[in-house]
Amino acid sequence: MTHAHALAGTSSSRIADFEHRYQTERRTRGLWTLLYLVLFAGAVVGSMQVSDFNPSKLMNGLPKAWNYIYGTFPTLRWETLGADIAEWYWGIRYWLRLLVETVLMSFVGTVLGGVVALALCFFASSNLAPNKALCFISRRTLEFLRTVPELVFALIFVYAFGLGPFAGVLAIAVHTAGSLGKLFAEVNENVDERPIDGVRAAGGSWPMIMRLAVVPQALPNYASYLLLRFEINVRGAAVLGVVGAGGIGEDLYLAIRQFEYPDISAIMLLLIATTAVIDITCESIRHRLIGHDLGKGQ
Amino acid sequence: MTTAISADRLKALQQAHPQVFTRPLAARLRDWGLWAACFALLGFGLWWINASPTRIWDGLGKLGFLVRFMWPPSDGGVFWEHAYAMMETLAMAFLGTVVAAVVALPLGFLGAKNVVPNWLFHFSLRRGFDTLRGIDSLVWALIFVSAVGMGPFAGVLAIAVSDVMVFSKLFAEAIENVERKQIEGVRSAGASPVQTLRLGVFPQVFPVMLSHLLYFFEGNVRSATILGIVGAGGIGLQLSDRIRINNWDEAAFIILMILVTVAVIDNLSRRIRTKLIDAAPQV
Repeated sequence: MTHAHALAGTSSSRIADFEHRYQTERRTRGLWTLLYLVLFAGAVVGSMQVSDFNPSKLMNGLPKAWNYIYGTFPTLRWETLGADIAEWYWGIRYWLRLLVETVLMSFVGTVLGGVVALALCFFASSNLAPNKALCFISRRTLEFLRTVPELVFALIFVYAFGLGPFAGVLAIAVHTAGSLGKLFAEVNENVDERPIDGVRAAGGSWPMIMRLAVVPQALPNYASYLLLRFEINVRGAAVLGVVGAGGIGEDLYLAIRQFEYPDISAIMLLLIATTAVIDITCESIRHRLIGHDLGKGQ
Repeated sequence: MTTAISADRLKALQQAHPQVFTRPLAARLRDWGLWAACFALLGFGLWWINASPTRIWDGLGKLGFLVRFMWPPSDGGVFWEHAYAMMETLAMAFLGTVVAAVVALPLGFLGAKNVVPNWLFHFSLRRGFDTLRGIDSLVWALIFVSAVGMGPFAGVLAIAVSDVMVFSKLFAEAIENVERKQIEGVRSAGASPVQTLRLGVFPQVFPVMLSHLLYFFEGNVRSATILGIVGAGGIGLQLSDRIRINNWDEAAFIILMILVTVAVIDNLSRRIRTKLIDAAPQV
């Protein structure tokens, strides 16, 4: 009887201990959460201060923005639908030409950037690089190429090479080289080591190892990333016109600047349709190439 | 022990299994056709953009000139002005991300298959998400600058609008991937619906959402640096101004500032994301 009593006594004290520890744990966690919340709130308030953003301005601004967007819709009447659409898309031939230019710019830019990326990626992957210094240098180069915004490169190239799509293609190519080079290098780092050993054992030189052991394994992933980048570049090419680097952006910029409302919606719809078609096509090719989506991890 | 094969044997093998030695003609033709088409398109593109060797050569000369002008980078005596513009850029990116997340949360719930099981609704909402994603934030910035005037406010709106759709989609996916077992466990312990959400759903969804937010914040810092070019606030305005008046040493300084800021933000955010993912309940 007493024995049982003593046991109950110790277990209740242990429970009390546990409760105590549990409470302190909870309190520290609560304090941390509070700290994070305060930090977050501070960041929000600070950014509102700096960026001149507040709810009342938002309430005023949103109807204005909506009116603007609503204003870009053309007046379409059912009786004269054909004529209205024809008037809305009065510049369709010119715009289609610019759209073709945009897609072509991103294609050429992606290919040129891809070539540079392919040349650099072997040096930038830690398992393949001939030595540490080369690996470091090529990694930093790629980082530089992809961190400077495309539009900044475009601004500089427009100055050096003149207005027009040539500067835009170069900007896309430079940026693409940076981001694809990194992705390619990551693919290279995940290749199976055995073929590399095999080619090396058969007396292959470094370029031979890359060509015969690494590239065949990594090629589907390269192609897949290339297509993904092409999709992204079409979107990027569409805005390069803002700084005079060719493509449909030039005309969109003009339409917005000169308040030609129906033109804005016409060009935007064309742009959305083009990117959607390219996205869907590239996505299906990518799925066939590697059987899963790269965005969702390997 | 060698495994040499006599020439006759090889010939016999080749005849018996031709597909092992050479790929079928159709496949080879298709590959060659694809390559030829790509090269033709590349050639056409190069012709279209007028990429003549003399033009490249002249441009490279000019580029070298520019680089020489850029060195050494100088802050032009207005470092704090640049620093404030950079703060503005970060603030735009941060607020844009937060606003987009706040708007996307209910949309994400609506878009999740396990919340609204109607496939037509689900499909059209998802398509809508995808459609608006096709427009770059710079285009939104152009529109908002016209609609609400120049300044960082337009930039915040541009970033928020261009991210809302992607967030909604990602949130919807996060909600769809919620594990049923934990919800059932919490419910079987006698939790009310609110407690089930708080203890069963929230711990699974929150870290995923937060790491998405951080990831997009990184990207938004990059895009916020250029929104100023069209007048939507931030460091981009300073940069494009310097380039317009040929102040290349200051332009180089601002580019370096952008590089450093982006590197710091990326690093911080990557660390927090790794922590978050480690803390997330493993399924």
